[in-house]
Amino acid sequence: MPKDHGIGAPMKRREDVRFLTGKGRYTDDINLPGQAYAVFVRSQVAHGRIRKIDTAEAEAMPGVLKVFTSADFADKGGVPCGWLVTGRDGQPMREPKHPILAEGKVRYVGDAIAAVVAETPEQARDAAEAVIVDIEELPAVIDMKAALAEGAPLVHDDLGSNLCYDWGFVEENRAAVDEAFAKADHVTTLELVNNRLVPNAMEPRCAVGDYNVATGDHTLYTTSQNPHVIRLLMGAFVLSIPEHKLRVVAPDVGGGFGSKIFHYVEEAFVTQAAKVLGRPVKWTATRSEAFMTDAHGRDHVTRIELALSKDGEFQAIRTETHANMGAYLSTFAPSIPTWLHGTLMAGNYRTPLIYVNVKAVFTNTVPVDAYRGAGRPEATYQLERVIDKAARELGIDPIEIRRKNFIKPDQFPYQTPVAVVYDTGNYDATMDKLIEIADIAGFEKRREESAKRGLLRGLGVNCYIEACGIAPSNLVGQLGARAGLYESATVRVNATGGLVVMTGSHSHGQGHETSFAQVVADMIGIPEDMVEIVHGDTANTPMGMGTYGSRSLAVGGSAIVRATQKIIAKAKKIAAHLLEASEADIELKDGKFSVAGTDRSVAWGDVCLAAYVPHNYPLEEIEPGLEETAFYDPSNFTYPAGAYACEVEVDPETGKVTVCSFAAADDFGNVVNPMIVEGQVHGGLAQGIGQALLEGAVYDENGQLLTGSFMDYAMPRADDLPFFKVDHSCATPCTHNPLGVKGCGEAGAIGSPPAVVNAVIDALQRGGYTHVTHIDMPLTPARVWAAMQR
Amino acid sequence: MYNFDFVKPTTLQDAIAALSRDEAMPLAGGQTLIPSMKQRLAAPSVLVSLTGIPELKGVCRADDGAVCIGAATTHAEIARETAAIYPAIAALAGGIGDPAVRNRGTIGGSLANNDPSACWPAGVLGSGATIVTNTRQIAADDFFQGMFTTALEPGEIITEIRFPVPEAAAYAKFEQPASRFALTGAFVAKFADGVRVAITGASEGGVFRWREAEEALGASFSPEAVDGLSVSADGMIGDLHGTPEYRANLVRVMTRRAVARAQ
Repeated sequence: MPKDHGIGAPMKRREDVRFLTGKGRYTDDINLPGQAYAVFVRSQVAHGRIRKIDTAEAEAMPGVLKVFTSADFADKGGVPCGWLVTGRDGQPMREPKHPILAEGKVRYVGDAIAAVVAETPEQARDAAEAVIVDIEELPAVIDMKAALAEGAPLVHDDLGSNLCYDWGFVEENRAAVDEAFAKADHVTTLELVNNRLVPNAMEPRCAVGDYNVATGDHTLYTTSQNPHVIRLLMGAFVLSIPEHKLRVVAPDVGGGFGSKIFHYVEEAFVTQAAKVLGRPVKWTATRSEAFMTDAHGRDHVTRIELALSKDGEFQAIRTETHANMGAYLSTFAPSIPTWLHGTLMAGNYRTPLIYVNVKAVFTNTVPVDAYRGAGRPEATYQLERVIDKAARELGIDPIEIRRKNFIKPDQFPYQTPVAVVYDTGNYDATMDKLIEIADIAGFEKRREESAKRGLLRGLGVNCYIEACGIAPSNLVGQLGARAGLYESATVRVNATGGLVVMTGSHSHGQGHETSFAQVVADMIGIPEDMVEIVHGDTANTPMGMGTYGSRSLAVGGSAIVRATQKIIAKAKKIAAHLLEASEADIELKDGKFSVAGTDRSVAWGDVCLAAYVPHNYPLEEIEPGLEETAFYDPSNFTYPAGAYACEVEVDPETGKVTVCSFAAADDFGNVVNPMIVEGQVHGGLAQGIGQALLEGAVYDENGQLLTGSFMDYAMPRADDLPFFKVDHSCATPCTHNPLGVKGCGEAGAIGSPPAVVNAVIDALQRGGYTHVTHIDMPLTPARVWAAMQR
Repeated sequence: MYNFDFVKPTTLQDAIAALSRDEAMPLAGGQTLIPSMKQRLAAPSVLVSLTGIPELKGVCRADDGAVCIGAATTHAEIARETAAIYPAIAALAGGIGDPAVRNRGTIGGSLANNDPSACWPAGVLGSGATIVTNTRQIAADDFFQGMFTTALEPGEIITEIRFPVPEAAAYAKFEQPASRFALTGAFVAKFADGVRVAITGASEGGVFRWREAEEALGASFSPEAVDGLSVSADGMIGDLHGTPEYRANLVRVMTRRAVARAQ
């Protein structure tokens, strides 16, 4: 019988009532008196020099308030980058200015050139079409390796190169790694592409700027995963607005997947335009704009080599990756292919020597940044694919070769050769569980049954590890982060015992309002409905870093625990006073403070009332009221890990891949709400399977986005997916946060692409297509069929 | 979307009159035209809805046995109404898009648009149907004239499609993964006097009849009859979702599957 409340209970999400009945309040639902509307004039060419922008006709059109160009932002900063990566040569990355509106040049299709603000969205759009932009089109660079070639057109002329940085990790290991390769019994090499993805959150981006001319206060309502980060970046670096005069609100947000972490130019635009015009200004992206301008994900081209002994022991890994930055550096872009990717290259294994080289490249495409998993899927995919290929080359079972190299349970904490220290884990246990839930023993029978229907069945298995709960601030500071990555919480107890928890985390699909309430309710022993979770508004939440990197429960939840512990400690003092007992003898259980060993007790609500009506109260010792704030800065990352299995059928006549089954055995440490965790895994799996089989952003050689709509960009749909078998029972709790939790938001998207691809290659190999050792994602029917043709 | 006038006549005569206005366009289910207008890629000054005209709607049986479908009949209604009398056409209609598309989109709109990846052109050409307009009757073989091009004159309105009912027929489509339009679809129909095979989605020339397959299947209406045939990739569509070679392969595979389904 599962628990019905508190930590560990599969409680239904309280937020779903409003989301499923149309009662959510999203940014586009916010309409302010006197609101005007912005429409952007966007570049239709990937690269060009702006000769002239003629706004006269547009400004004369009905309803137009103003047409803005870069001249209107001459005294404003560009959108900053939040992470400085240093190259192998010791030099900082090349960091171009990212202006709010294009200055002199356009650098990708969709780059904002001008913006019209008008009384209605239709008038703004009509006028935007009347803005005449004279552009001298320049040759575009789309392919990363071509962008690095001698004489390639420069995305940023002033930088002198399209290379953002050339990063080596761990640079000191390089010679030893090369030596290990020179001596190895066997080297397996794989060249692969981690396909570029369009995030496609259900809710397109939206921003509303408001300015109070009487007080000088700015407010920005925006579709963000981290309103405080936006306030800091936009206020300090772009518009020079002190934080106490700038409020950023991210209300209900319909999915982010990383794409709503970043500070976008449209946010700064509406904030400034509202001040200039003295009117609230709203911008809502069309779906076409979302495709063109939301930061894309992945887009790595990698060569990975694995050195092994003849019996399959991993000896060294060497990689070279080209990582696409797009035309400008998005907020966290430089960190994704480096610190969130290179540090995970040990995977679940004891490989002693690892060297990762990453060349980050500017191209005439929309910026690329974090997308669900962010660097860790790229690491996992190449590692688990090359292991599969090596196992096949050496004739070792793919599960056995992994087991042979696993870090064993008694080796934790485990120092990897790529900086990070895994605190805990048990990879054999999750693999055992996977073998059970995936019924791997029954595969051969299922394969024969598929063969009778003319279909090739394959089994793909892989492991993954991720670093979540980002991050220890002092560590990431050393690595180039220009921010701390703690999290905050204020717990406010009301006089009658209800609580409001104000968190710096932000929920945009993760169910925080439910699971965070479970944590607090469990700690105090009261029903969840006495706990309200407030997030998303810099005016009423403490400075927080927001939600990404599966960090909210591990970091934000820990801050809530700490603040609640402070509340409980103070409440015990009050209870001791009321009970005329020693504080040390007070116990809290089921919402009641008791004196140990007696039947004397006082209820939670009475203690809270005493705090706010302090007639009988130790005023000389403690202050009235019951409100506490905590900031939690983790001492390490968390390391969720697991083992995944996928079975596919390949139709040899058409190349079509059908996912027959997918099993996921995850170690998330402790789990607060197993129903939400399963939902997170399901969503992640859907995105990972989508990446493996369906999704891929494609630019043509001129930089036009060929996959600019759902007509050509294939999203996974329910009927593309099997029923998932998921398990998180093999838990090794995190050793360094108070809840023992690791994070579950990205695992599915990280662990699933290699399982799918491994399964397809397995199906083809078993079916006699032994020349097919790799196919790049997405494994569309056409690609699989083409690979099968000799 | 730009501004436009909208009229919804209730008779064919009124519709024809309305279509004579400057830059008027007929609107059937709007599954192509409305998205184009929303993207500002189409800008008619007048939209003349054809969905309020009773004589353009419904399914009936002619004296000669032909299944007659009003041009403004939705895919969903066709799927329901032809299930017993022409199941291959019902299956084709029931496999178009999703329920929202099927309850808005019409057969006449699809044919007049003649999207090279649409399903109806295969069903109509494969059945050897007759397209009836307000002025004449056009054989399917004469109607489709290349991608997005038909024999229709400006202002001419499709009123009805007449399908002779074959002895056996089936449609097999391989879906483009994103749009789920036909990457390649084959409609096969066996009549007393021969077999017709129509292919959609594959050719740069739009829907076409695969004569070699018709001949082979005329001799032996079995999936194996298609096996020995090869299809040239010349003139096949090449795009993100498939090379000309891939589509040529699908022509054979989908035809074979349609024949198997029709057995």
